Amino acid sequence: MTEMPKDYAAAKMGMWLFLFTEVLLFGGLFLLYAAYRHRYPVDFHNAHLSLDLVLGAANTVVLITSSLTVALAISALQRGRMRHCYLFLGGTVGLALLFLVNKYFEWSAKLHHGIYPGSEHLAHLPKAENLFFGLYFSMTGLHGVHVLVGAVVLSWVMFLIRRGRVTQAEYVTLENAGLYWHLVDLVWIYLFPLFYLIS
Amino acid sequence: MASDDARKNFLTDGTGLGSWVFSTDHKRIGLMYLALILLMFTAGMTLGFLMRLKLMTPGNTLLSPQTYNAVFTLHGVIMIFLVVIPSIPASFGNIMLPLQIGANDVSFPRLNNFSWWLYVIGAATALVSIFTGSGAPDTGWTFYVPFSSRTTTNVSIAVIAVFILGFSNILTGLNFITTIHRLRAPGLTWRKLPLFVWSLYATAWIQVLATPVLGITALLIFAERVLNMGLFDPTRGGDPLMYQHLFWIYSHPAVYIMILPAMGIVSDIIPVFARKKIFGYGMIAASSLAIAFAGSLVWAHHMFTSGMSDTAVLVFSLLTFIVAVPSAIKVFNWLSTLYKGSIAMEPPLLFTLGFIFMFSIGGLTGLVQGAAGADIHVHDTYFIVGHFHYVIFGGTGLGLFAAMHFWFPKVFGRMYSRGKAYLAFWLLLVGMNVLYFPMLILGLMGMPRRYYDYLPEYASWNMVSTFGSWFVVAGILLMFWNLYQGVRHGEPVGRNPWGAASLEWETASPPPTHNFPTEPVVTHGPYDFTPGTAHD
Repeated sequence: MTEMPKDYAAAKMGMWLFLFTEVLLFGGLFLLYAAYRHRYPVDFHNAHLSLDLVLGAANTVVLITSSLTVALAISALQRGRMRHCYLFLGGTVGLALLFLVNKYFEWSAKLHHGIYPGSEHLAHLPKAENLFFGLYFSMTGLHGVHVLVGAVVLSWVMFLIRRGRVTQAEYVTLENAGLYWHLVDLVWIYLFPLFYLIS
Repeated sequence: MASDDARKNFLTDGTGLGSWVFSTDHKRIGLMYLALILLMFTAGMTLGFLMRLKLMTPGNTLLSPQTYNAVFTLHGVIMIFLVVIPSIPASFGNIMLPLQIGANDVSFPRLNNFSWWLYVIGAATALVSIFTGSGAPDTGWTFYVPFSSRTTTNVSIAVIAVFILGFSNILTGLNFITTIHRLRAPGLTWRKLPLFVWSLYATAWIQVLATPVLGITALLIFAERVLNMGLFDPTRGGDPLMYQHLFWIYSHPAVYIMILPAMGIVSDIIPVFARKKIFGYGMIAASSLAIAFAGSLVWAHHMFTSGMSDTAVLVFSLLTFIVAVPSAIKVFNWLSTLYKGSIAMEPPLLFTLGFIFMFSIGGLTGLVQGAAGADIHVHDTYFIVGHFHYVIFGGTGLGLFAAMHFWFPKVFGRMYSRGKAYLAFWLLLVGMNVLYFPMLILGLMGMPRRYYDYLPEYASWNMVSTFGSWFVVAGILLMFWNLYQGVRHGEPVGRNPWGAASLEWETASPPPTHNFPTEPVVTHGPYDFTPGTAHD
């Protein structure tokens, strides 16, 4: 949120409401996933075999670690340990970028193998495997956009801290950015098993 | 009059375009919303007028078939997404919510200004989709796949506009919920909230919880068209029915976004002009929440003929009947409030009674479609067009007009001509019934909606319906003219010309920028008309 609220509780409430909307935005896609997965369990199993479990697991570790660092950054700010705060925030942004780089390699490998929406290769596979990859690209794509937005928001908050607009006493902006980041993490924690681990 | 002091009010505090479009004052933002919404309404009305003119006689007249498809799509998109959904919350919600709860502004004023800008950007994007690419969208406002993913018209940009407008809506809802929780004046407990605030609260929750599903659905249409995603494409395993589910998970609750605030206005207006405490305050407030909750569980009643399982049809039909109960509770409470009241038939009350009449017809015809068996007969006929317009134009529309006549003296500190207001009302009410009742009959006779042409046996009722549209347009134009004249030359009024008891009437008309000179302390309820509490 771009506000500089005097009312801490209002700022937190606004952020939580916003997070509800994010959950429901993804919720529509999860609903689609549930319906199609229920209808085509075998095809979903076969399609998931071509995903790279190692890259997916690595990204899961990266995101969970970044959730820890952002939490550490918040408590560092609350205690006035500015150097730690910058360090942990920088670390979080770094991990976010690492996630995206990883994702880039994963997606380019897929595209290289001719797996992308509407591709020639997919046309020869069973229909429902197309659905699996359609959902895979939609959901991890939307999530990737959120990671990018999260990295931008966290960098921006870092800038605000440097300018003295977010301080030890007025830390709610960082806390809200942290909440957003946890949500991004949480969505991935659901995406990872649904795409990489189902069988 | 005490309010005629030299203090600047919110209309005169700051001049120039910049002081309006970048204003964080909730009253200015609300007024700008109202102006744009009425502008869009006029555009949508013109399209509707054209459609009726084309359908006046059967055959190939006035518009080509493709143009006709574009016109009914644009009429729907403009009216739904740019007019009716934002209508009351964004305009009078913004203006009145902080005033009614004794606050200086909403919780996030800058975010409020941002949502207005999103509305402007969304409206501009919708305009771009009309005038660029290979033709205006021709899918109907529901953007059903597979047609919407294949048509060559400019659907991609239109759904992006829908996404942006949805985001604007979400931010308004988020702001209102936080404001109602955090900024009530001392003494203003939940049980003393004006019922308009209660209805905005219920509406805001739907805005926050349902709109994101529309957002993702709009993005998926975009993905189908631009990225060739195939999630709804049967040739690649997708199921168009899933699109319909996602679409209605938002779009059915959205009709409660449209109607609930109007019900709140009715609940606020009736006690003032019956000089009587509202009957069943708790039930009206609770029924708003009940409608918001139950209304989120009935979406698939739009899909009875789409090939769902019989179990799903029965469950959704039952739930649909349940959602009618809280609406009926409201109607009975309004009538009980009027009973033995000291009624002053001022224009706001007249519009309100018009609302109850039209909404009752609209609500009862809705049940015909909610019944799974009857729906098979009337599905996708003019019956549904008639029903929907009774609820939304006769309900939300008249509710908005009632609010415009009720709060006009508060916002502008002037009064419009009552005589012209009465005349406009009767033109509208007669016009609407002549326009929409024949649609109910045509629907029962089997005339399908959205068709360019019709069989000769439908000709006479179509002609009658078109006559009605002329009365409606005349009524609207007269009403706008009357209110405009009121803004310019109306007789100045004091802070509380109606003798109402809620907080917004305690400050000057028009209100000063910061609403209240000192923070008000609430000692009496919003419908407490005992002498000495609410007089000018």
